[in-house]
Amino acid sequence: MASKPLSQEFTKGLWGENPIFRQLLGMCPTLAVTNAVINGIAMSLATSFVLIFSSLVVASIKKLIPSQVRIASYIVVIASFVTMADRFLAAFFPPISKNLGPYIPLIVVNCIILGRQEAFSSKNSVGRSLIDAFGMSLGFTLALLVLSSIREILGAGTWLGHQVLGSWFEPWIIMILPPGAFLTLGILLGIIILIDQKLQRSK
Amino acid sequence: MELLAIFISAILINNFVLHYFLGICPFLGVSKKIDSAVSMGLAVTFVMTITAIVSWIINHWILIPFNLEYLQIVSFILIIASLVQLVEMFIRKSSPPLYQALGIYLPLITTNCAIMGLALLAALKNYNFVETVIFGVGSGVGFTLAIVLMAGIREQLDLADVPEPLKGAGIALIVAGIMALGFFGFSGMIK
Repeated sequence: MASKPLSQEFTKGLWGENPIFRQLLGMCPTLAVTNAVINGIAMSLATSFVLIFSSLVVASIKKLIPSQVRIASYIVVIASFVTMADRFLAAFFPPISKNLGPYIPLIVVNCIILGRQEAFSSKNSVGRSLIDAFGMSLGFTLALLVLSSIREILGAGTWLGHQVLGSWFEPWIIMILPPGAFLTLGILLGIIILIDQKLQRSK
Repeated sequence: MELLAIFISAILINNFVLHYFLGICPFLGVSKKIDSAVSMGLAVTFVMTITAIVSWIINHWILIPFNLEYLQIVSFILIIASLVQLVEMFIRKSSPPLYQALGIYLPLITTNCAIMGLALLAALKNYNFVETVIFGVGSGVGFTLAIVLMAGIREQLDLADVPEPLKGAGIALIVAGIMALGFFGFSGMIK
């Protein structure tokens, strides 16, 4: 496992092991907050912050934690960083904090973060864990960006609040409502598997 | 009346899975067979009800009087983790058949965001004690309803001719989307 080159440790999070499209982890925030691009960005920044710092801490103290209580210890580490992110957003960006509501505290049960600690940071060096965390965060951000862009453009005709489609466009309200989230992600998964099959065949 | 409204709305309108997107992982993972979906639903309802009670007590008797609200996240997750352990030990002793039926699903509930979401939402909405309990039971029933319906559809789906790339998670998400659309019909029931 440790033989992988560092660059691959980074890029695997983007496509091959993309947390959302491939591992289907962390679906709740993905579906819930992607009704507008700004929410998607705020969510991915907060999640990335928690993921990167939790990986850093867990990888640094992994030798001190007895293996019987490791899950509980990881959860406490993660919960502390989530609390920081939550308080920070509430203090400096109240409107965003209000939009995201309970989903910021819910980062604590985001399976991507606990999954990476258990599967990676607890077994690898600090540097390698950081690179892995950066890759995974970027993959998560990318997925959220794609999903929220599709939903905001089709659902409201805007992107980050700017009008992109002309006034002729009748917004598909359904896209920014919950059903739109399920439908968009389902179809996106299908497209990604299709592209992957095409790539494999051409090899 | 107020309580009935909370109950109905937690089941049909603000359904945890289809409206708040909480508990998607078990919703997609454990919805292949109706039997296991029912067990999962029961286990979640059970833990949700107890979590609602305990988290309310901790929140209103300890965290708020001592001005420690910022510890909500840490304390809720620890409550849930230890509660699931406790419930597991209790059921194993008191009712082995139920323990057999719930099996692996019980420990998995710790990482179910629906439970954490319940504790946070109940705190956010400032419900009093009775309302919190009703909200907990209703949310559990709503989760069970959604996952059992989903399992019923997916059992039929096995026989359907689904395009190759959509097989598995893709089609499950699309089905969930259509189901959410159906549940939207209930939203006019309570204002």
